[in-house]
Amino acid sequence: MRKMRGYAVSFLSIACLISGCATTSQRIMASEKSQVQLRSMQTRAFDTVDKKMMLQTIISTMQDLDFVIDKADFTLGTVTGSKFLGYAVVTMTVTVRTRGEKQLLVRANAQHGIKSVEDAATYQDFFTTLEKALFLTAQQVD
Amino acid sequence: MSKIYRFFRVPISFLLCLAVLGCATMPKGFLKPPENTLEKRQLQMRQYETRKEEEILSATAGVLQDLGFTLDDSETPLGLVVASKKCDATDGGQIAGAVFLTLLCALGGTTSNALELVDAAQVVKASVIVRPSLEGAKTTTRVTFQRIVWNASNQINRVETLNDPVLYQDFYEKLSKAIFLEAQSI
Repeated sequence: MRKMRGYAVSFLSIACLISGCATTSQRIMASEKSQVQLRSMQTRAFDTVDKKMMLQTIISTMQDLDFVIDKADFTLGTVTGSKFLGYAVVTMTVTVRTRGEKQLLVRANAQHGIKSVEDAATYQDFFTTLEKALFLTAQQVD
Repeated sequence: MSKIYRFFRVPISFLLCLAVLGCATMPKGFLKPPENTLEKRQLQMRQYETRKEEEILSATAGVLQDLGFTLDDSETPLGLVVASKKCDATDGGQIAGAVFLTLLCALGGTTSNALELVDAAQVVKASVIVRPSLEGAKTTTRVTFQRIVWNASNQINRVETLNDPVLYQDFYEKLSKAIFLEAQSI
């Protein structure tokens, strides 16, 4: 009887856990942070309008960080690369677009394995490296 | 006491299992520059005394084709060429080890799947960036190689960045030749 009760409890806990799982569309659209928070940690503004130089510096910074560049598009201003960390694959897309007349906005999105990177410190590391390569200061965007 | 223990034994062990599974967290600091950045640059980069980026880029595509790669993507304004190649990944030593292990298991009365787990095929990806140098009338080339290795039962065995200096030296020897050949229009 006691044994039965034990099984019943564990069955219930499994049922609770499974029913707590997200649906496909929730998984696709979900992120742990709010849209505003994500943007602020992934985006920085730089005082330059030289898009080509910016993209080339982003590419060489990513190569310094062990990324292999998979795709790049000058017109759209995007660069995508991947790197291997043990068995996990890290992929990152960086986009560049103009902001006003004197600035460029750089946004980085990284994914580690099957998870989006939503850690502000990790993105800060990337922008610090980029800043040094550009000789420009990365400005936080509100 | 023992009653309570028995009652909670199953759910507690189940929750412990879950807690252990949940421990696979993301590592920190993987976007920090590694300490051997300069070494890697020396390995992967070369400079050419020309400002004709496009010529170097087309010579690069030519070398990749010489090496049996097919071009996957390119973006001329940014000087990018991406290419990949499927090839054999079997390693004599590894197979010998697997055969030995299978024999040992057979002697011990069990079976082993070691022979199915040996490296079988690989896809090597090369990504080349050609850009003007920061100093002087020079062009900088940087190539990086990655590979994905599959085993005999078609599962991914490992993924890695290739850091063998011989590979990079070979590539640049061939590129120098190709630049010469293309300059002479051969």
